[in-house]
Amino acid sequence: MCGIAGLIHRGKSADVGSQLTSMLQALKHRGPDSTGFALYGNPRDDEYVMRFKVAEQEDMRHGFLIRDQVKERKAEVDRRLEETGIRKTAELEATEYAFCYRFSFDGDMKHTADYVEDIEGVEILSIGNALELIKDLGDATVVSEQYSLSGFEGTHAIGHTRMATESDVDIRSAHPYWAYPYNDISVVHNGQLTNYWGFRREMERRNHRFMSNCDSELIAVYIADRLDRGDELEEAMTRSVDELDGVFTYVVATEDKLGMAKDVMAAKPMVLYESDEFVALASEEVAIRSVFPHEIDTYDPYEGEVKVWQS
Amino acid sequence: MAELKTTDSSLEMGMHTEQLSGRTQQVFFSSEEGDNYTYPWADQVDFDKSTEIDAEGLEAKEVNLKIRDAMGQGYGTITVLNPAAKHSLGVGILSRLNLRFEGSLGYFGCGLVDGPNIVVTGRVGWSCAENMMAGTILIEKNAGSTFGAAIRGGDLVCKGDVGSRTGIDQKGGTIIVGGRTGAFSGFMMQRGRMVILGDAGKNLGDSMYDGTIYVGGAIEDLGVDAVEGEMTPLDAQWLTQKLGQYGLEAPNGVEKMTKIVSGKQLWNYDNLEPSEKKLVL
Repeated sequence: MCGIAGLIHRGKSADVGSQLTSMLQALKHRGPDSTGFALYGNPRDDEYVMRFKVAEQEDMRHGFLIRDQVKERKAEVDRRLEETGIRKTAELEATEYAFCYRFSFDGDMKHTADYVEDIEGVEILSIGNALELIKDLGDATVVSEQYSLSGFEGTHAIGHTRMATESDVDIRSAHPYWAYPYNDISVVHNGQLTNYWGFRREMERRNHRFMSNCDSELIAVYIADRLDRGDELEEAMTRSVDELDGVFTYVVATEDKLGMAKDVMAAKPMVLYESDEFVALASEEVAIRSVFPHEIDTYDPYEGEVKVWQS
Repeated sequence: MAELKTTDSSLEMGMHTEQLSGRTQQVFFSSEEGDNYTYPWADQVDFDKSTEIDAEGLEAKEVNLKIRDAMGQGYGTITVLNPAAKHSLGVGILSRLNLRFEGSLGYFGCGLVDGPNIVVTGRVGWSCAENMMAGTILIEKNAGSTFGAAIRGGDLVCKGDVGSRTGIDQKGGTIIVGGRTGAFSGFMMQRGRMVILGDAGKNLGDSMYDGTIYVGGAIEDLGVDAVEGEMTPLDAQWLTQKLGQYGLEAPNGVEKMTKIVSGKQLWNYDNLEPSEKKLVL
């Protein structure tokens, strides 16, 4: 089933970490397997944020060597980053297996990302000037506390509660997906894509990489591909409604925008609330109510509808 | 136009066009028929006896049990405060009751009801009033998809916009939408009437067996076997009366509304020889 949510503040920052946690916790019944957050802080032009993991949560419960392997993998990540000229300015150990680095860099980011992900067990969850992507097993409160997301100041955020149906219960298959290798683009999705494999093969022929077998990852890669070909975000999303087959509602975010698209059958839910200061959207209104307890006017977008908002 | 009385049943008005062959249910449910309100276990309530229930901090089940408990005490007018878009509120009410929700409901609000008069001052989520049998439900703002799915009787009214698949599998009663509806509204409709004062999305009335859809705005396109019917004075008369009950008006007058009915090609499909089926399809 899955639950998706997003919010964007127009012209100001707020504690989007706490707000999105509340929204996703209200959607827990739609998918308790994993929860993911794509949080957009105030962008820093001269500094990148990279979130990555060196093992799955499940790996940590198996074998005697995993902790040594985690240390070795992280050390290799550090070595390769240094080799490619990255100057690390800050480091945060979110969990035993997931980390957050801040760094300055003016080289080839795709090459660096590929070089780092070439290490066994390593997956970059996000790179951007504003984006920090966090996902793990458990409900929103568990993940939020684990990664200390309360108090995260930013302009917008999207998130996902996952009911695993077509791929495993692991971090790799959890949403959001970063639109590798594009800075600051992330996607969450509720639905099923029926032309996933055909489209995936086409994308792989165009040198796009997939880290999972989850159909939702295709949307992130698709959007990245269209942006690479010169589409504006809204243009790429509108095209996706025609080209992606199946039933879906998805939400995409960039450094300063938030967008949603719904398939032509309108088979997956979405509720919107818009005001001059704030936009919130979610699979169920009860999620929006978790941050707006007072009476508000909400509505459903229609079939095939695409909307984009600016922060 | 002849004077219509609210007690006239829809059958007497000649509003049903079904030529039943025995494959479908022949019992009509109508909000005007008192028989529908007589369950032997139904609570005897007094409409003049009123109470309030604050839903803040309560689970949906707790709210519904409080409503049931109040009915058991004879309260006939109940106001629920702070529903906060919780799911499945006001479901399974099988007797007369004036119920008012001050705010919005989530999914499956007011489903499986038979008899109450319900007002929701906010919005309702997907599948509001699913399988409603009788009574009236009035939504002051917008509604989600599958609004009035499979309703069999009563009046279901949304003053705002409604999502897709409105009245899917509708088997009776009346659905009124003050704004627009999404795609596949009236899909597999079997009986009853749907009134859309605004625009209708694509595939309107797809595979409808019977029933009537009236549209005041533009229709994006019709579904399979849905065709335009002739608006009659009786249609206009009924629409004027029914809309008037809820303070609604057709934007360009009821006479200019478009009437959609079943083409009955699919409906008669099983009666055809194999060679004839090919012609139909």
